[in-house]
Amino acid sequence: MTREFKKILRFWGIGLVWFYFLLWPLMGLKGDQVSFADSLKVWAAVAVASGLCVVVWLLRERGVLDPLGRGLAAGRNAARAAYSGLPVWVWALVGLACSLCLPLVANRYVMDVFINVLVYVCLGLGLNIVVGLAGLLDLGYIAFYGVGAYTYALLSIHFGISFWLCLPVAAVFAAIAGCFIGYPTLRMRGDYLAIVTLGFGEIVRIVLNNWMGLTNGPNGILGVKAPSVIWPSFANGFELETIWLRSLDGLYYVILGLTVVTVISVYRLNYSRVGRAWEAIREDETAAELMGVNTFRLKLLAYAMGAVFGGLAGAFFAARFRFVSPESFTFLESAMVLSMVVLGGMGSIPGVILGALALIALPEAFREFELYRMLAFGAAMTIMMLFRPAGLIPAPRFGSRSEEAD
Amino acid sequence: MDYFLQQLTNGVTLGGVYALIALGYTMVYGIIQLINFAHGEFFAAGGYMGVILIGWLLTTGAPPWVCLSLGMLLAMGYCAMLAMAVEKVAYKPLRKASRLAVLLSALGMSIFLQNGLMLTQGVYDKAYPTQMTQGGFAIGNVSISYMQVIIVAVTAALLIGLNLLVFRTRIGKAMRATAQDKTMSALVGINANRVISTTFAIGAALAAAAGIMVGFYYGSVRYDMGFVPGIKAFAAAVLGGIGNITGAMIGGFVIGLVEIFAAAYISSQYKDVFAFIILIAVLYFMPTGIMGENVDDTRV
Repeated sequence: MTREFKKILRFWGIGLVWFYFLLWPLMGLKGDQVSFADSLKVWAAVAVASGLCVVVWLLRERGVLDPLGRGLAAGRNAARAAYSGLPVWVWALVGLACSLCLPLVANRYVMDVFINVLVYVCLGLGLNIVVGLAGLLDLGYIAFYGVGAYTYALLSIHFGISFWLCLPVAAVFAAIAGCFIGYPTLRMRGDYLAIVTLGFGEIVRIVLNNWMGLTNGPNGILGVKAPSVIWPSFANGFELETIWLRSLDGLYYVILGLTVVTVISVYRLNYSRVGRAWEAIREDETAAELMGVNTFRLKLLAYAMGAVFGGLAGAFFAARFRFVSPESFTFLESAMVLSMVVLGGMGSIPGVILGALALIALPEAFREFELYRMLAFGAAMTIMMLFRPAGLIPAPRFGSRSEEAD
Repeated sequence: MDYFLQQLTNGVTLGGVYALIALGYTMVYGIIQLINFAHGEFFAAGGYMGVILIGWLLTTGAPPWVCLSLGMLLAMGYCAMLAMAVEKVAYKPLRKASRLAVLLSALGMSIFLQNGLMLTQGVYDKAYPTQMTQGGFAIGNVSISYMQVIIVAVTAALLIGLNLLVFRTRIGKAMRATAQDKTMSALVGINANRVISTTFAIGAALAAAAGIMVGFYYGSVRYDMGFVPGIKAFAAAVLGGIGNITGAMIGGFVIGLVEIFAAAYISSQYKDVFAFIILIAVLYFMPTGIMGENVDDTRV
């Protein structure tokens, strides 16, 4: 019975009593009925689960779990050695080959989930530029996704312009929105930036929701065209035929292409002069400015570049569902993308991909617990921050640096 | 003119609610530099506890004003306990972590609490027993409901009480000292953890009071009601100068008045937009808010 153990036990005991006090009024008081059964059931489940955690912790402290830990560490080292044994592009090619073959083995449902994952990979990588590289917290990122989606939707239904032509237009519009948001906010420091970007995200959503003339308000826009390809057809002579990529496989390849473009661009940006400058700004803005980095322009560029990828993903979103409505662009989506970036490891491309996979595909695996999904998501986010704040695959950091003040 | 006065009354009522929520944000931010995203959920939980506890107390046959005040006190206590638990579990272990880690932990707690409310209370609006506070009177052509009077009176009482607590008591002095300089206050024997815990409890209790009053004012509560007032109240806190208690009160009233007047004279659909535009404009021209900020940038 060490002191540490007593402390944990006391924390656990008091915590459980405290928890019951918080739980009972919510579950046990319904109108004039006072019941204890339901709340006690939930409470007992939580007590047993947390008790198990305490036991595991105790065993680990006693060294009972050491062999297991050694085994895990050995496995991890082996994996790391295998990973660093081959150059990065080999792994990237393996990943790409697997993704290309996926439609051959997967059913509709799995395809649907993976399309979703890839959309979020694009979004995550875009946000990664802003948050991970330039170190600017953005809580309204989903606004750019919305701008891209509405740009394509409007151009498609009013002018019938094809998806491929609209992609760059959507990207440009999103970039303009990014500059528009970035310009007044960039003079603010950390947390103000967070709340102002959040405010901007909400403004965009409210405008989309209320500008009936342009966006048809909460009803959304129907009848957006799917992406098409022009394909030569020799059925009667020679003519060019337009094929609409409505099938999931077709859409999957479109978003896979977008993702590959995004990954390569972000990778190249990361190791370019601009990327280095962003990292310098993240580490110490004043020092970066002293070294001759034009911080204002580069921060604006970070916003615009992040917005570009959000806009591309947004255009795809509109083309995929052939419908857009403001409720797809809520704060919760921004939070979701941000948690992917942080969960995966800020500034790390494989990290963000893994984060998107974990946050989109894992909840699908627990479909039957639909109701508890967001509850678990919130709890997992907190637990993740408590035990692994640097993310699953932290980005490699070069050189040594003094402790960050901010 | 009557219309203006009417809107002014409504604006002050709403502003009082925002001020109460903003205080929790500003006090927490002043001490640990955290945007406590879960604060909006304390507000929502307060609203739910109000309807649950007041409804239950009413069935015991006690006089309505006893039910109202006792229910409110109990709900405030409940939210204080909730906030202390959240702080202990989700924020305290992260005192030395990066700011983003704490922020995301707070975001996680916000989602967790919101869904906890949804799972235990349902997705639909829950109606408040508003019949006990119905009615009102008119001064000239300006009609004032009793609920508005209660809201303004309770808000005023709470704001005065908070001012007394922060500026006249030992714990208030400890809070101010911790917000100013954590290292020095620790050196003179102030227990930072206890102060932070107390700050969370007080902020959440004020938010709970705001939640109950909003419940009575609008007649119902919803599990996701905390989000929009939450960001507006944070905007109010920033507007007034974050960490500054007087500033948060002023900021709350400013945001409330802006929202009501924008809805009355410009466009009711875009009223939320105006609150944010004011926030952005103030931050652009006055980066430290109206009253100046009061934040200790050193880490605990």
